[in-house]
Amino acid sequence: MTNATLSAEGPNPVPQRTAVAVQFDDAAQQRDADTLGMWLFLATEVLFFGVLFLSYSVARAHFPDAFAAASRHTNLLLGGTNTAVLLTSSFTMALAVRAAGTQDARSARRLLLLTATLGAVFCAIKLTEYALDYRGHLVPLLDFAFDVDLRQGALVFFLLYFATTGLHLVHLTIGIAIVLVLAWRTGRGAGPRHAERVEVAGLYWHFVDLVWIFLYPCLYLVARA
Amino acid sequence: MTEHPGTDYLSAGMTLRSWLTTHDHKRIALLYALSITAFFFVGGLAATLMRIELATPAGDIVSASTYNKLFTMHGVIMVWFFLIPSIPSTLGNFLVPLMIGARDLAFPRLNLASWYLYLGGGVFTLAALIAGGVDTGWTFYAPFSTLFSNSNVIYALIGVFIVGFSSILTGINFIVTIHTMRAPGMHWFRLPLFVWAQYATAAILVLATPVLAMTLLLLTLERTLGMGFFDPALGGDPLLFQHLFWFYSHPAVYVMVLPAMGVVSELVACFAKNPIFGYRSMAYAIVAIAVVGFLVWGHHMFVSGQSVVAGITFSLLSFLVAIPSAVKVFNWTATLWHGRITYEAPMLYALSFVGLFTIGGMTGLFLAALALDVQLTDTYFVIAHFHYIMVGGTVSAYLGGIHFWWPKITGRLYSDRWARVAASLLFLGFNFTFFPQYLLGIEGMPRRYYAYPAEFQTLNVLSSAGAVVLALGYLLPVLYLGWSLFRGARAPANPWGATGLEWQTSSPPPVHNFIETPTVDGPPYAYRPRVVSPQLVTAREGTQ
Repeated sequence: MTNATLSAEGPNPVPQRTAVAVQFDDAAQQRDADTLGMWLFLATEVLFFGVLFLSYSVARAHFPDAFAAASRHTNLLLGGTNTAVLLTSSFTMALAVRAAGTQDARSARRLLLLTATLGAVFCAIKLTEYALDYRGHLVPLLDFAFDVDLRQGALVFFLLYFATTGLHLVHLTIGIAIVLVLAWRTGRGAGPRHAERVEVAGLYWHFVDLVWIFLYPCLYLVARA
Repeated sequence: MTEHPGTDYLSAGMTLRSWLTTHDHKRIALLYALSITAFFFVGGLAATLMRIELATPAGDIVSASTYNKLFTMHGVIMVWFFLIPSIPSTLGNFLVPLMIGARDLAFPRLNLASWYLYLGGGVFTLAALIAGGVDTGWTFYAPFSTLFSNSNVIYALIGVFIVGFSSILTGINFIVTIHTMRAPGMHWFRLPLFVWAQYATAAILVLATPVLAMTLLLLTLERTLGMGFFDPALGGDPLLFQHLFWFYSHPAVYVMVLPAMGVVSELVACFAKNPIFGYRSMAYAIVAIAVVGFLVWGHHMFVSGQSVVAGITFSLLSFLVAIPSAVKVFNWTATLWHGRITYEAPMLYALSFVGLFTIGGMTGLFLAALALDVQLTDTYFVIAHFHYIMVGGTVSAYLGGIHFWWPKITGRLYSDRWARVAASLLFLGFNFTFFPQYLLGIEGMPRRYYAYPAEFQTLNVLSSAGAVVLALGYLLPVLYLGWSLFRGARAPANPWGATGLEWQTSSPPPVHNFIETPTVDGPPYAYRPRVVSPQLVTAREGTQ
């Protein structure tokens, strides 16, 4: 109970809020629970995105030529740059987890800010790319024009393109917010659980990165091998 | 507020606010119990209207489109707002920490959030109902649900989408709790089978529900924005929808029945005063059902136009499920062997479960047989089959569990005599309602029609009459259990003489479950069997 207060004369009083929540025996147990919880959440995310990847596979089997043609309309330069940006952000995130684990608050803070910045750069590039897609008449439902013979397949390709990259962008935005909050707390009396939180946030960040690693070849490299 | 460790969880705060902001798994279990009971009666009302309509061959009470909306709401509410959360979110929520000797679930706030998500999903679903209903069937098949239906599909889709996240959060919480928070000495093979069942169920919830969530999201996008995922006219694939839907919805059947099997294992052992026969094989069977359950979804699609090879494969895999299921039935029966059996109400519910589940399971084999299924698809045989599993099975076990743990949960005793009447009514009423539907299905009566040829009337009248008895079996417990809350005698810590950590703490349990963390030094179900012969003792020990 959160509203429990220390009873002065109680024989075995309920402990006050400490680093370890009341349901856990010790910090190690709590750390195990938090980490496992995040892994399970990521498992649900894999299946969540899995539906989109399966839909992509089915649609590509239906429309192989249209998918090849549509893929050539994606912006390889911006997509490739973004892949590099995101991979670098995972690197800085891994360093941040290490710095937080060794109680190096100064480095941890800098690395977290760098990670969030790289995430923001990715978002900016992606939005620029969306704008260019719009000018190229590639946005379904708004302004879509494509070679008539391949139109239906290309339309499905770009629906999936926007659905998957859009959902990825939402995940990345959440990741940036979490990393910024952690950066802000670093060194400001963040408490004994801070390193653990950075580590768990790191798991999430790497997952979002990994989704992109699969999206990139599926969307940009279909007929460019 | 001053709180001593001995304060029971019900007296630890009496305000509405203390309930609505609680992090206590036991209180959240009660919040769930109240809400799913409310939804159960809404879903039951839809079923009642359907049975009234079907009492005569002509479509006279409701219109055809109203009938479509009735069976849709019955399905949506019963599946997502009653059956799936029933045992896990109420009994599981209450008992998992108690049974493993923990003070709470690993993530209490997430647990509360899961209840609010459930309510949020419920609001949207009720909005769909109030706005005029949905007529797609609970399966939401595209492109009917995306292009053709003129009913409030979007509200229902959003409602089910949200309630899915409530399942996911519960699943994550259970898995993490069971992995990391077992009391000292509580090894995996000392866990009660109820906990094993909750563990397997949680794994299904975590792995299957996200697929449903994304599928419903795509359905919503197709219906609102015309994005073509499933509608062939837009370049989509309707079979893709069916595959994705059943990839979730078949394992969802095991979300309903595995926890029921967990409950029944506790009950049978307690009222036969015998250790569970073949404990390890029971645990493995639970896991096997959960795993194989992920590989059989295609048996819902035998007539969908999927390939013959796929059909044969899914048919064979579906037969496989029968093996671990039969292991469980045989082991429950063997647990009774030479037991000191008593027939209190929870035991009547448990024995009902074993019988009805066996009938439901055996008829499931008929439907898994490819050629026979083509004949029986979309007939009342299918309806009867899954109601034997979900109502005869899951609801019997749920009520059995509620009766068994009622003294622990509320600290009160109820009238066992009335409870035995209710359990008997449920068993009789259930069979009168649904056995005729097997016969109707064999004779060829299709599901989802509000009118039928006169030759089917006798069996339909029998079914509708049985539903009246069944309804009595549901309403009666509300009365005597409600009565017991105010007038029932105080329950001792362990009224049934049962084993298990939950019975070692007081009734109702203290806020943090145990004054001192218990330690476990032996196997579960340490009932002392009546010694009949040395061979029997050897045989039993060999199975532990």
